[in-house]
Amino acid sequence: MKRRIVMIFLVLLSFLLQCTVLQAIAVASISPNLLLVITVSFALMRGKREGMFVGFLGGILTDIFFSSGLGFYTLLYTYVGFVNGFCCRIFYDDDIKMPILLVCGSDLALNILVYVFRFLLRGRTDFFFYLGRIIIPEVIYTAILTMLCYRLLLALNRKLEKAEQRSVDSFV
Amino acid sequence: MKKKFNDSLKSKYILIVITVLCLILIVLTFVTDMASGPVGYVAGYVITPVQNGLNQVGDWITERGAYLQNSTDLVAENEELKEKVDTLTAENNQLLQDKEELNRLRSLYELDKQYEDYEKIGARIIAKDAGNWFNVFTIDKGSANGIQVDQNVITEGGLVGIVTETGPNWATVRSIIDDYSNVSATVTSTSDNCIIAGDLRLIDEGKIRLVKLTDTNDKVTVGDKVVTSDVSDRFLPGILIGYISEVGMDSNNLTKSGTITPVVDFRHLHEVLVIKQLKEIDAAKESLDAQSDTENSVTADTSQSETETESGTEEE
Repeated sequence: MKRRIVMIFLVLLSFLLQCTVLQAIAVASISPNLLLVITVSFALMRGKREGMFVGFLGGILTDIFFSSGLGFYTLLYTYVGFVNGFCCRIFYDDDIKMPILLVCGSDLALNILVYVFRFLLRGRTDFFFYLGRIIIPEVIYTAILTMLCYRLLLALNRKLEKAEQRSVDSFV
Repeated sequence: MKKKFNDSLKSKYILIVITVLCLILIVLTFVTDMASGPVGYVAGYVITPVQNGLNQVGDWITERGAYLQNSTDLVAENEELKEKVDTLTAENNQLLQDKEELNRLRSLYELDKQYEDYEKIGARIIAKDAGNWFNVFTIDKGSANGIQVDQNVITEGGLVGIVTETGPNWATVRSIIDDYSNVSATVTSTSDNCIIAGDLRLIDEGKIRLVKLTDTNDKVTVGDKVVTSDVSDRFLPGILIGYISEVGMDSNNLTKSGTITPVVDFRHLHEVLVIKQLKEIDAAKESLDAQSDTENSVTADTSQSETETESGTEEE
């Protein structure tokens, strides 16, 4: 329960940062995708359920405020959480290379899907322009953000796990 | 082992439920034009105040960054500016004279006057689209302040965009440079109609695409002023959008297309004005009739079809 509350706060916080502070530090009007970093990190550390939960929350917030079709981002982020959840426990979670790779892959997939559904379907066929101008820069910037954030998220997760362990012990 | 299997099965079920739910929602929003409704209402009270505060932090960071960047150039710039002051003072005197002349001419020229009389409300931009694909932003005034969907948003210089969604204390604005945006416009020098369509590819150049310009007399030139047209059913007439920076014939040899430079600096937008008056469709129809009386039927037909395409694409 405590974990759920902490997670909700974390997602809220990162959404708020995402559309305010991160937009202010945008390089060439490209800003990193913090919600994705959070989603992938927790999917990797905790598994599918947690990943889906975080992704769902982040997606629905984006949908409410900025999307024209409610449910579009919710779906995308939930799937990101689910798919990345498969990698949980396969890799050591304190190895930074794996989350970065996964974040890059997910960001690439997410943005290509956004392109396909929001741009290609309206006849904007110039894929390589969008790839070079929006998608690749965002992937790189998000990867850098992951390097900075992942350790913090890992520490938070460890703390939560420890707290949970303690409450389980106190029952016995 | 069995527990783990169940767990994985359970998350699959959850995923399927969420997928179905989202698909239903997507279809619903597209079919019924439903806004985020009650969820948006609650979210507005929880999130908007925090966005407001955090956005100030963001602005502060940007300011600091700009400050550090600039301080090295300041000395050289100062010298340069001093010279400039002298030349500008001379120029200014000249301009003051011109201004008086302009005022006299403007009172004759009614077009500019039109949108100065509308009731407006100032609003601050508090958040920008979470992704990099769209140019949508949130302002800190909402339905409680009398803001409604489809109200026009301007700044001192010209048209910024249109309100697409409102909550109690927030509203979402789609700017005219956004890829989804289409605005019906008029070139003032010739009164020819065209569509100003946002294009993500041109944002870096600071331009907006201009399409479907019917310029039968071939008189539209670079530098001509583009304002919102009378026939638009969402935008009030006569709001300045920008100036033509490039124009050329389409392959169909009937219409022209090109780009315009907007008067609004979309990169440094902090405060905007929302015009509280909504464009009434009846009024738009009237002006369309009036236009078809004065102009020949060919141009009236094309302008009609333009309004149709505009309302069609703006449904997003």
